[in-house]
Amino acid sequence: MTEFTPLLSFAGGMVIGLATVALMAVHGRIAGINGILNGFLTTQFNQDWVWRAAFLAGMIVSPLVLLGLTGQMPEISAPSAPSLLLIGGFLTGIGTTFASGCTSGHGVCGISRLSARSIVATVTFMTAAIATVFLTRHVFGG
Amino acid sequence: MKALLAFVFGLVFGCGILISGMGNPAKVLNFFDIAGTWDPSLAFVMGGALMVTAIGYRLVFRLGKPLLANSFNLPTRQDLDVRLIGGSAVFGIGWALTGFCPGGLVPVLGLGTAPLMTAAAILAGIVAARWMIQLRYRKAAVEV
Repeated sequence: MTEFTPLLSFAGGMVIGLATVALMAVHGRIAGINGILNGFLTTQFNQDWVWRAAFLAGMIVSPLVLLGLTGQMPEISAPSAPSLLLIGGFLTGIGTTFASGCTSGHGVCGISRLSARSIVATVTFMTAAIATVFLTRHVFGG
Repeated sequence: MKALLAFVFGLVFGCGILISGMGNPAKVLNFFDIAGTWDPSLAFVMGGALMVTAIGYRLVFRLGKPLLANSFNLPTRQDLDVRLIGGSAVFGIGWALTGFCPGGLVPVLGLGTAPLMTAAAILAGIVAARWMIQLRYRKAAVEV
């Protein structure tokens, strides 16, 4: 069981939205993390690489800043078996790259612009995830 | 200046991920587990993010152009293809196996408690997919 946190989650979502809007207002860019990682993995270290690297660096130090501000470490627990953490990560990388977007790129940026592609992508990955968890937890799992 | 601001926006984005619970696989997996220990919190993350972004984007686009760039870099495609739907389905399966979407994983890397193999596997998947896409295009070019 995890605790239902509607207010905290809504507030966190708003903060995600704020950063997403700011990146568009200043850089004119979509805050899609798969796209940013994809552009980061290159050998051409031009201006586009620099803002992506800086954005990722900001994300990586965010837990330390949050710890400094609130004095609390966010609770993280990854219950999956190591083999699944590996296979699932690989599928995540492949899938988001083929789909040109993940939860942030399609789910937030795309849906906000009412993009048909993003709405279809989001419904598809959410449905696939719900079906997969049903299988792993209720059909094959304990 | 551009890099510094991108750093700040990444920092804010990461804080949002951690506050919301998107970085906690246990919570993400429970969101998907409708028939079991369902935790609907993540619907509220989407709600909060979409509300701010939908309104914010609308205001930003009125500027005509971004503050520190020449134009808004936006996807223009509107067609639905197998790549989009198949890729999304594969992503959904992968996400359900780990509980980490790419945006959920990166901030957790800074905590030092994230499974590094998941991060490495996501990057490997991105590179593998790029290679497969390139291969297909090359083949298509030969056939035509």
